[in-house]
Amino acid sequence: MSVDKQTVAKIANLARIEVSEDELENTMGELNNIIDWIEQLSEVNTDGVAAMTSVVAADLPRREDKVTDGGYRDEVLKNAPVAEHGFFAVPKVLE
Amino acid sequence: MTEFTKLTLSEARDALHKGDISSVEITSAHLDAIDDAKELNSYIVVTADKAMDMAAKADAMIKDGTAKGMTGIPIGIKDLYCTKGVHSQAASHILDGFKPEYESTVTSNLWDDGAVMLGKTNMDEFAMGSSNENSYYGPVKNPWRATKENGELSDKNTVPGGSSGGSAAAVAADISIASTGTDTGGSIRQPASFTGLVGLKPTYGRCSRWGMVAFASSLDQAGPLTKTVRDAAIMMESMAGYDPKDSTSTNITVPNYEAALTGDIRGLKIGVPKEYRVDGMPDGIEKLWQQGIDWLKDAGAEIIDISLPHTKYALPTCYIVAPAECSSNLARYDGVKFGLRVDGDSLDDMYKKTRAAGFGDEVKRRILIGTYVLSAGYYDAYYLKAQRVRTLIANDFKAAYEKCDVILTPTAPSAAFNLGEKVSDPLSMYLNDVFTVPASLAGLPGISVPAGLSSQGLPLGLQLLGQAFGEEQLLKVADVLETAAGFKAKPAKWWGENT
Repeated sequence: MSVDKQTVAKIANLARIEVSEDELENTMGELNNIIDWIEQLSEVNTDGVAAMTSVVAADLPRREDKVTDGGYRDEVLKNAPVAEHGFFAVPKVLE
Repeated sequence: MTEFTKLTLSEARDALHKGDISSVEITSAHLDAIDDAKELNSYIVVTADKAMDMAAKADAMIKDGTAKGMTGIPIGIKDLYCTKGVHSQAASHILDGFKPEYESTVTSNLWDDGAVMLGKTNMDEFAMGSSNENSYYGPVKNPWRATKENGELSDKNTVPGGSSGGSAAAVAADISIASTGTDTGGSIRQPASFTGLVGLKPTYGRCSRWGMVAFASSLDQAGPLTKTVRDAAIMMESMAGYDPKDSTSTNITVPNYEAALTGDIRGLKIGVPKEYRVDGMPDGIEKLWQQGIDWLKDAGAEIIDISLPHTKYALPTCYIVAPAECSSNLARYDGVKFGLRVDGDSLDDMYKKTRAAGFGDEVKRRILIGTYVLSAGYYDAYYLKAQRVRTLIANDFKAAYEKCDVILTPTAPSAAFNLGEKVSDPLSMYLNDVFTVPASLAGLPGISVPAGLSSQGLPLGLQLLGQAFGEEQLLKVADVLETAAGFKAKPAKWWGENT
């Protein structure tokens, strides 16, 4: 399998990374080199092999469902590029 | 005083505990040396005032009799770790100005034990790279340079390896006694090999990942880069431990790793995997590997030939799994909550422009690959397939450990290469991790031990791989290997004053 320019543009949109028309060609070439190379996994017989979900066998620990943390809005907002009235501020979403 | 910067961690600890020297003295000597080594670009930020405060507190702990192994030891912290109120950007532009309001668990553990932070070390952006050339803050220079045929030192710079390249260069240049690193596919072990250090990646789950900027969550592990195996044992004990804030950290007691260094490996079985002989590997590495086998045999270990048949598929597996996880983890960098924002016409446009400007080329490449392998129609063919092959790779190790206790391999397929040599060829860069990635995929611990010099006078490491939570045994064998190798070489100083 290999990707064409249209697919690269689609992936870039899904990943929310702007890739200009000029860069598409080059990016396509780089991605296809990597995709060709990872393609070699298709020669491995994995019939009946379970997919890895956890490298260390362990049960997910449980805890009581109660709030143990929080209550520091100002600290959270301190790193925001733009914050107003105690909220993160973003460009208009709805017209 | 240069002699303070030559101390190993265990020597410094012993001298501190005896009261022969103070942490304030050792710390200020390191800060002076850092000042003299700016050319290496191994630190992004130096926290001199904080370091002197911490050193004074450490000296008080020593006087009180509450000192631990790490008390008063000045160390470098990889920029991937969140440190409260201090630059923590994973060497990325997209985290511009980010100063966390919290402290990572691993660094908290170190500070609780009295360790002293010198600053934040340079790295490949988001830990993606094998040469430390992918940093927004510029490449790190390896203190080691090749020796020319006429015996003179080359004037060309070599890379320190990556992604923990700044951490490694700092220890190798004696501008930190030890450093923290993180290892996803070899990011502690390969730089250790390139800079003549010991680098330990513990078992997945041994250290908490809380407060470490995530790259590939099923692979990332914290570990130390140190001058000796004993130093690694001391620092590992401080870093490790269960943390309720990381559900993948394992709730088992942290042993006294230093006590495991008995020097006695008689009767232990050392596995040598035939699949780790790769085409084009320099003779020097092949010979060093054989030498390592002989050293362990002479120390009374039994050498067993083993097979890890799926080794060649480990790299492509990793380069599906890691980008997939990174594309998901790095979705949080959107210009809204922290870091860089580039304005756009709409919310989506702002996301796209911010991420295009904020991420470097390699990070973008991996996010795009990850997005592709997880996208509708390709998930089964790539991601699920890779996770199945990953099971086979883990099974290879399980079968091997029925025959042997520890596995011996080279750490990397070459010595440090020149700056700029591989930067335009991502695939040849990925091949650096060929020997380190398999154990990462299986979650197993690995350690690189400096064992010799290449024909050009650059350090080469040998890697030992252990069983899950078998760090004690791993360190025990590493200590014996280190003693046998007797690696004492230091890089010739070409940077700063008094060269």
